[in-house]
Amino acid sequence: MNCALWAGRSQANTSSMLNPELKLNTKIFDKDVAQAPIRQGFGEGLVEAGEKNEQVVGVCADLTESTKMDLFAKKFPNRFIEMGVAEQNLASVASGLAAMGKIPFISSYAMFSPGRNWEQIRTTICYNNRPVKIAGSHAGVSVGPDGGTHQAIEDIAITRVIPRMVVISPCDSIEAKKATLLSAETDTPVYLRLAREKTPIITTLETPFAIGKAMSVWTSSKPKVGIIATGGLLYHAIMAAKELEDEGTEVEVMNLSSIKPLDREAIIALAKKTGRLVTVEEHQVSGGMGGAVSECLAEEYPVPIQFVGIRDEFGQTGTPAELLRHFGLDKEGIKKGVKIALAK
Amino acid sequence: MGLTDSKIKELEATANDIRITIMDILEDAGSGHVAGPLDMADIFTVLYFHTLNHEPKQPDWKERDRVVLSNGHICPVLYTTMAYAGYFPKEELKTLRKFGSRLQGHPHRDFLPMLETSSGPLGSGLSQAVGMALADKIDHGLTSSRRIYALLSDGELECGQSWEAAMLAGKNKLENLVAVIDRNNIQIDGAVEDIMPLEPLSDKWRAWNWHVIEIDGHNIQEIADAFDMAKSTSGKPTVIIAHTIAGKGVKEFERDYRWHSQVVNKETEQMAINELRTLGGKITSEHQ
Repeated sequence: MNCALWAGRSQANTSSMLNPELKLNTKIFDKDVAQAPIRQGFGEGLVEAGEKNEQVVGVCADLTESTKMDLFAKKFPNRFIEMGVAEQNLASVASGLAAMGKIPFISSYAMFSPGRNWEQIRTTICYNNRPVKIAGSHAGVSVGPDGGTHQAIEDIAITRVIPRMVVISPCDSIEAKKATLLSAETDTPVYLRLAREKTPIITTLETPFAIGKAMSVWTSSKPKVGIIATGGLLYHAIMAAKELEDEGTEVEVMNLSSIKPLDREAIIALAKKTGRLVTVEEHQVSGGMGGAVSECLAEEYPVPIQFVGIRDEFGQTGTPAELLRHFGLDKEGIKKGVKIALAK
Repeated sequence: MGLTDSKIKELEATANDIRITIMDILEDAGSGHVAGPLDMADIFTVLYFHTLNHEPKQPDWKERDRVVLSNGHICPVLYTTMAYAGYFPKEELKTLRKFGSRLQGHPHRDFLPMLETSSGPLGSGLSQAVGMALADKIDHGLTSSRRIYALLSDGELECGQSWEAAMLAGKNKLENLVAVIDRNNIQIDGAVEDIMPLEPLSDKWRAWNWHVIEIDGHNIQEIADAFDMAKSTSGKPTVIIAHTIAGKGVKEFERDYRWHSQVVNKETEQMAINELRTLGGKITSEHQ
């Protein structure tokens, strides 16, 4: 056993740890843990997808560098289309490209795509059954100083409700790259939820990733609570788990990057193992990942759930750390959620 | 490249038959749109029986031209023309708007995969056609002889997305793209020019670097000529502004915005079909 894997342990007789089977980043608990923006993984993955398949094309609405599609645009200028600030056109042009056999990736800020162009995504992509891949960057409040207009905290709700749409919210840049590559190989529309700021690297190249699979990244033999997190907040959930362990509360943490299709089996198993859950997402509680989890469990195995998310508010200006704290989404907010869950 | 008189008469007769069938199936359906399908019958006829490079018996033939119907609500004319062209049996037209039918109230590829797009919500068809034209250009550059046809209503030009698509097509010099506007000047709430004036319409398209052709949308020769001109246009996309008479062929419907969508009862159907049969008789007798 790699000693670093046990870095979260403070007592020799406990059995909580990073799941060794997933070959996660062993330096995750270091102060200087490596960080990269989740969108960077998308940019790199798109280049690789383009190298693998010449049908892959990139389409962007005036945010090529911000969404990291610039890497693809530089490498494949003939397969890159600049739309200008026209997100409705972005979605429907991509549908037309896909109708001719292309595998289009479209990128913008999540607030504008899938925000502004939702109906075009529903009708011309999903209803039309065209395998367009929608990369929504700058999702969540951690966009920071740009403020509430640019903080998409409703995008999981509006995408997961559309038939055929696959919804993936990667936890770090490495997972984002894997998700991008797999998206290019699926024949369905996909929404890739990406974040702007640098996020600690949790996974490694060896960590398994599959669409529709949820995995426990922090495991425990006798967890009292199961934490299910999505996106960059997974890191905060792991940090919360470590501290809770130190404080005598064992929990298990699951990475639910694939929000749709949902890994019902893994979620039900976690509910059975722990008896109570906390869901963690940088998104409205209404309609988000926690909603998806509760829809599953309400039917299959009801357990008490506490939602860590945003409760019917808009975002605002601030640093990412200030905003995560304000909305109760950081380590402290997650620990609070666990305590509420334990009291249920 | 004129059509022979005989060909013109043949196409006129086909368009008239298509109108009769449209009235028949709308009455059977008990709901649906009337004015647009009737006024686009001539254009659909020329497109499917003269202009298009297609294989009705092999609808997924890769080299085919593409037809994107943006204003999906006029699908009675799309379905009827496709049936007349041999894509599926005419008997199936009777199932329009019925449960389980391949002929959904607005076109849906899940039910009828030979459709190029599903449509209904206005304003997004031109964008999809632009995407198809861009894909063809990426693959074949200027060597492609394929044409992508986008059929639009004038009312849907009130959607901003139509102009987003127009700008992109002009910028990318998509000569393989041909848009046809059904300029019938009606929409649900009234006359288009009252609801939201579009004029000067041709200037707007020219400003975005489009080749503009204005025609009488009921003149078979003009329609065919416009499509031929579009095929030989280089360096810019073509838009054909087809001036049509809403509800064309049935005097009671013509130019009346209320017939955009209205239930066709048995009595109205008979009146309309009788009028169209009279018209058809005239076409045939002139032909003979």
